[in-house]
Amino acid sequence: MRFFEYEAREVIKRAGIPVTDYGFTTDAAEAGEIARRIAGPTVIKSQVLTGGRMKAGGVQFADTPEQAEAHAREILALEINGHAPRGVLVDPKAQVEQEYYAGVVWDGTRKQPVMIFSPVGGIDIEQVAEEQPEKVGRRHFSNILPFSGFEAKEVIAATGVSGSALNKLVPILTRLARLFVENDMILAEINPLGQLTDGAFVALDAHMDIENEARGRHRKLLAELGVGEEETRQAREATAFELAGEQVDAQDHRGVAGNVTEFDGNLGLVIGAGGGSLTLFDAVRAHGGRPANYCEIGGNPSVAKACGLAKLVLGKPGVERIAVMMSIVSNTRVDLVARGVIKACLELGHDPAEKIAIFRIPGAWEEEGFKILARYGVEYVDRSVSLNEAARRAVEKIGGGDAATGAPAAQAAGGVAPGSES
Amino acid sequence: MRSDGIFIAVEVDDSHAQDAELARRLSEACPVDIFAQGAQGALEIVRSNLDECVLCRLCLDASPPGAVKIIKLYDEEALLV
Amino acid sequence: MSILIDADTTFIVQGITGREAVNLTRECLDYGAGAKVVGGVTPGRLGRDVHGVPVFDTVAQAVQGHGAPIDGSVVTVPPAFTKDAVFEAIENGVKLIVIVTERIPRRDVAEMVELATLRGARIIGPNCLGIIVPDVVKMGGIGGPAKNAAQAYTPGPIGVISRSGGMTTEMSSTLSAAGLGQSTAVSIGGDAIIGSTYAELMPLFEADAQTQGIVIYTEPGGRTEAELARWVTENRSRLPIVAFMAGRFMDEMPGMSFGHAGTIVEGKEDTASEKITRLAQAGIAVAERIEDIPAMIAEKLAERAPA
Repeated sequence: MRFFEYEAREVIKRAGIPVTDYGFTTDAAEAGEIARRIAGPTVIKSQVLTGGRMKAGGVQFADTPEQAEAHAREILALEINGHAPRGVLVDPKAQVEQEYYAGVVWDGTRKQPVMIFSPVGGIDIEQVAEEQPEKVGRRHFSNILPFSGFEAKEVIAATGVSGSALNKLVPILTRLARLFVENDMILAEINPLGQLTDGAFVALDAHMDIENEARGRHRKLLAELGVGEEETRQAREATAFELAGEQVDAQDHRGVAGNVTEFDGNLGLVIGAGGGSLTLFDAVRAHGGRPANYCEIGGNPSVAKACGLAKLVLGKPGVERIAVMMSIVSNTRVDLVARGVIKACLELGHDPAEKIAIFRIPGAWEEEGFKILARYGVEYVDRSVSLNEAARRAVEKIGGGDAATGAPAAQAAGGVAPGSES
Repeated sequence: MRSDGIFIAVEVDDSHAQDAELARRLSEACPVDIFAQGAQGALEIVRSNLDECVLCRLCLDASPPGAVKIIKLYDEEALLV
Repeated sequence: MSILIDADTTFIVQGITGREAVNLTRECLDYGAGAKVVGGVTPGRLGRDVHGVPVFDTVAQAVQGHGAPIDGSVVTVPPAFTKDAVFEAIENGVKLIVIVTERIPRRDVAEMVELATLRGARIIGPNCLGIIVPDVVKMGGIGGPAKNAAQAYTPGPIGVISRSGGMTTEMSSTLSAAGLGQSTAVSIGGDAIIGSTYAELMPLFEADAQTQGIVIYTEPGGRTEAELARWVTENRSRLPIVAFMAGRFMDEMPGMSFGHAGTIVEGKEDTASEKITRLAQAGIAVAERIEDIPAMIAEKLAERAPA
């Protein structure tokens, strides 16, 4: 979960890293008040979770409190990349001598956090790494030995920084490393870390990203920052359909009906598990199908949960049929999923044989599942029909003559038509 | 007493349906709460849970032979044995 | 032979009295020659048993009860307690730990992995289904009940490594149906930091005479495939590799990406298409469909077979 800049500033402030005398507000008049308190030139910065603020006019300079208020009013109404600002940050315009970079991030290959430092800050660190590699220091640090100041000292010194700057930077980077670890961050970046004319260092911008899985152990911090428990800060807000999907999942702890994502096609997908869902979605697309949704069934869902998910998907405007498909299952019961999806059809007043384009879930309790499917005339196939082939048949069923004539889809080896002997 | 879901029906022999001790055992045994104890400890079948039956046989194990029947409606009323 | 486990591997199940653990314990006991599950650990439940497996309060008691070092542990303990359980296993001499638990914070995983490395132990997972040597033994829920696992997995020359538990079985089943059995199949887990990556398991397969080829399941996200490509190129492996990649459509679903810092540490994270190119450049064939895998790996095996 990404923090807004004003939240990130608060986090580093609590860690003992010097910050400016900034103020955050959602009100233009209050922005003017903050500027008055600062009593000097200010920078008004849009608080959005997207880049390109400067280019979009989301960062403005003000010499007077009146200007600050006017800029704030503009910026508060300015959408950047489709994001409306949460508020504005009013920052004293600092007298910066030099801009540095300090950041901590995970290295998944080395499986340790890595500290990155550069005396060339204020621009993309990627660019610096490419153009002036000798000016970028990297140092991994242990997960189990507590971070020690010398590790920060080494990475700073490696870039040629010495003297009083080195000594001032060591505690800052040490605190940054510790806050990264203690707060379960996946990114903690200060860019630029400004050195003022009097030699003091101050964070002029901060990017922090806390791991979603770990949010539960930082409830107090998040509450104090005003981050809502339900806030996900995804690339876009969840749609009503997706929220309904979360509801289906939340109402029953038995099994998982997850990652319900809305698309706008005519083929509803009741699919799983994780890898299987990705594979099936790819396959449907590859065969020219138009999925109405994505989802991931996992674990051992109750009949009610499978039914709830299938009803949600069937009820989505534009959905003509659903395809129920999974990779070979070990702990998901084929018969229970079969009951769930058939029940969904019946409760909505549909004929399951009509509404379920194909059922492909091989694995645990499949014999029982096949009996149920056969009884209701639902077209099902066993493991000899691949995920890809099942997806192709589903797309064909929706697209073409099969639907018009009502004839069963062509049977390849291993496919089983309704009514035949299992 | 007999109660039918869409996929599963449960029948309890009338002579055992009044047995409060059996009702208690059944409601404890069933992992999906098909059996409950009503007023005066009488056995109740929770119709809305019938289709959750996982065919585990714990109810059959907890009752005298033939007292409880689990019926697979999708399999021509085959009995769970 | 096999990698990581065999018929003689002894292991415990941590969190054995939990719903999932009770199931997988039964499955492991029933499968193949019958796994040597020598104990389970659930604090407070000393004296109980699960399917005949004695339950202890501590790993130390389990080791004592067994009367010899214990090779492995399957950990199903909830995320808030997993690190403690894994540390306990490692510090009591367990050398192979399969972590089934999902949603463990990255920091905890990194700590577990670093301690394991320090102590010469290996972690598989987290968020994985474990390891299976067809017809011999399984460690974890992989393949499900013995009957189902026996259907999908057969012994043979292919090493299987997969980031998705379910897909390990799907791919292995497809290989089995084509007469290409598996030497060992490993579900390595899908998290950002895992105990053993493809590249880290390759030397084990390399040293296993039974393994003649490798099939992997991959997804977009992460850099473990790039690591594998590098390893293959640097090590001139005798093992041909076929990869299947799902989630290609994710290239079209841009998420929120921030933090340029990550890219200068590990390199730019590949899109699905870039990943496919990178693998191909290392000589790793990428299958478009799972059903294509057997023919592709068979071809590569034939190429490498002695004249």
